[in-house]
Amino acid sequence: MMDDRGLLLDGVEIRLGARRLLTLDTRIAPGETLSVMGPSGSGKSTLFALIAGFLDPAFQASGRVVLDGRDLTGLPPERRRIGLLFQDALLLPHMSVGENLLFALPSAIKGRHARREAAEAMLDEVGLGDHFARDPATLSGGQAARVALARTLLAEPKALLLDEPFSGLDAELRETIRRLVFGLVAERDIPALLVTHDREDAEAAGGPIVALLAAAEP
Amino acid sequence: MKRSTTRIVWLIALLLAAPVGVGLAGAILPAFGYLPALGGDTVSLQPFRDLLNEPGIGTSVALSVASGLLTTFVSVVGVAIFLAAFFGTRTFRLARQSLAPLLAVPHAAAAFGLLFLIAPSGLVFRLAALALGFDRPPDLLIVGDPFALSMMAALVAKEMPFLLLVAFAAMPQADAERRMRLARSLGYGRIAGFVLAVWPSVYRQIRLPVVAVAAFASSVVDVALILGPSTPAPLAVRLLGWMGDPDLAMRFQASAGAMLQLGATLFVIAVWLAGERAMGWTCRCFAHTGRRFAEDRVARRFAVLPVALSGAAVFLGLAMLLMWSVSGFWGFPDLLPRSFDLTTWRRALAGASGPLWTTFVVALAAALLALVLVIALLEGHRRRFPAARAGEVRLPSTIAGLLYLPLIVPQISFVFGLQVLILAVGLTPSIPLLVAVHLVFVAPYAALTLADPWFALDPRYERVAASLGRSRLSVFARVRLPMLTAPVLTALAIGLAVSVGQYLPTVLVGAGRLPTITTEAVALASGGNRRIIGAYALLQTLLPFLAFAASGLVPILLWRHRRGMRAG
Repeated sequence: MMDDRGLLLDGVEIRLGARRLLTLDTRIAPGETLSVMGPSGSGKSTLFALIAGFLDPAFQASGRVVLDGRDLTGLPPERRRIGLLFQDALLLPHMSVGENLLFALPSAIKGRHARREAAEAMLDEVGLGDHFARDPATLSGGQAARVALARTLLAEPKALLLDEPFSGLDAELRETIRRLVFGLVAERDIPALLVTHDREDAEAAGGPIVALLAAAEP
Repeated sequence: MKRSTTRIVWLIALLLAAPVGVGLAGAILPAFGYLPALGGDTVSLQPFRDLLNEPGIGTSVALSVASGLLTTFVSVVGVAIFLAAFFGTRTFRLARQSLAPLLAVPHAAAAFGLLFLIAPSGLVFRLAALALGFDRPPDLLIVGDPFALSMMAALVAKEMPFLLLVAFAAMPQADAERRMRLARSLGYGRIAGFVLAVWPSVYRQIRLPVVAVAAFASSVVDVALILGPSTPAPLAVRLLGWMGDPDLAMRFQASAGAMLQLGATLFVIAVWLAGERAMGWTCRCFAHTGRRFAEDRVARRFAVLPVALSGAAVFLGLAMLLMWSVSGFWGFPDLLPRSFDLTTWRRALAGASGPLWTTFVVALAAALLALVLVIALLEGHRRRFPAARAGEVRLPSTIAGLLYLPLIVPQISFVFGLQVLILAVGLTPSIPLLVAVHLVFVAPYAALTLADPWFALDPRYERVAASLGRSRLSVFARVRLPMLTAPVLTALAIGLAVSVGQYLPTVLVGAGRLPTITTEAVALASGGNRRIIGAYALLQTLLPFLAFAASGLVPILLWRHRRGMRAG
């Protein structure tokens, strides 16, 4: 059913004790990026944690998070199929660039050769064709960000969560990586949610923008 | 899920603390005369009366208390002034690197090494003889002096580097660099700035190991057998004698003594904690006066002495052990033997291979078991906080208290109780039994080593891995464990070293039927054959040393192509 596709935040409300942190009721269409903006303490990262499945038990959440018709509520993170990108690339330091990608590649793709090829192809896609054997610690910030993106996409996520993924990069690089990320979101036709405090990031995403207010002191 | 992990955490902590409780119970009953297996079926105070009638018992207790307090005081002060005078200097980094291997040296080996240095015929007097021109060892009572000074010196030489290494690890959390900059920009001298602005935070973190040192020094047996006085001996040594007395009735008196030892150690800890407060108060008073102590260059020069002396004593001691083990004839006051030969080593290797094997098997089993339990405990606790950030999770003090209890309660007080119970149940000494008892002492050190790095790993790595669809087990095995290779191996090596060094539990539980390299080495103390002592003490050091070397090398080799995995 076409109608089911996308990331539906159905009456989502997060509370901390008696304090209501945020409410959100929206649908992110495939290929679209919703930007959530707000100062620190406004609950951006709490929303991120809720959707990814890492919400601190101290918070109480109600409402549903539905991805392509699947209710994610109560599902463990590893079964949600939501890709994460953080400000830091968080490449696993004990693996090569290629091993980081193989780690993400679904096990359904079998055979050493086929797996390696899939990883190489993804590296090509982010413009790092011959970096398979590289030590991630030797990459530049921009390269690491590309590998992180490649790794996330290789797991074939049904949605992307972006937590300030551009704020560690300098202005020029920022522009390139932004275009790469949003281009791939559109190409893969998956919904994305961007959490940021930077208006330019939000505008570059080209989708709707939701501004969270600083949480009122109780 | 959450409830079951909580249960596992408590279960492991209780499992590791239970032997302390059970052992104390096993000593309390006979202390009051009740032990049907030995014909004691009435409760009485007779064991305590017998105990107090032992000649010199007061002196024995006084020696134990003094050893606990003085050793700890000298060690802590030495560490504090060293850090204060040298933080951020080349000396600091040098000490950090060169003292690390000292962790591998067991107490007994360090004590034998010191014995070879300070005995009337040891290196110090040989040097003095050459300078002053005498040709026979002076007739001085240095080894086994009635005030136990040489015993305490050996303890300090071993514990000061240990506490210094623990303090090194605590420095980053104390934000030392920035606080020192602040203090010095306010005009404070290095020492004053460190003591007033940084040391309190460092001390708070190393407090537990410090108290463990106090407990250990107040009830030490192996070092006391090698260097301590015998007329009378410190309390723990006399207890060990009574515990092994062929007259089984002595067990009642020994049990009462175990309680007395517990009291003495708790007294030491109480005095220490009161002293802590007094010191803290004094420091604050100094801070309130605003005196800067800016001119501390002379003091700084002397501040290196305690640490340098302890480090040198252990290193030189090891060198002397080696020298004696390969020496032929070696007369006084020659600095080197006239001849070298390997007869000693041939004899030692033939005799020690069995005990060495036992030592290795027990140590490896205890260290691996401890590692599994500690990891299960840390990970179980961590998973209760799925959203915590790096470094936010801590062990609650109740769990930590249970875990570290075996380091605070004197070994001899509860291991003896365990032995009594083991006999009462009819178990015979066996390797698994020895492993179980070693585990009690190995696990707390493994936990001390692993807890901080375990909780400090950035959990976002695992979140990313989970979001890629990886199961919990896969994330654990392919992200967390490999990323923590170095600390996990260090914990394993420390566990191994702790097990190898165990003297008292091995003697008591092994009942002489499971000799290890440590029990054999300490047993040689009374014989006085320096060559064979040298060989055994070195063999005793060898296993932990190899373990530490491997734990340092393996991550380097494993991750030689991964810059992100290098120390950090």
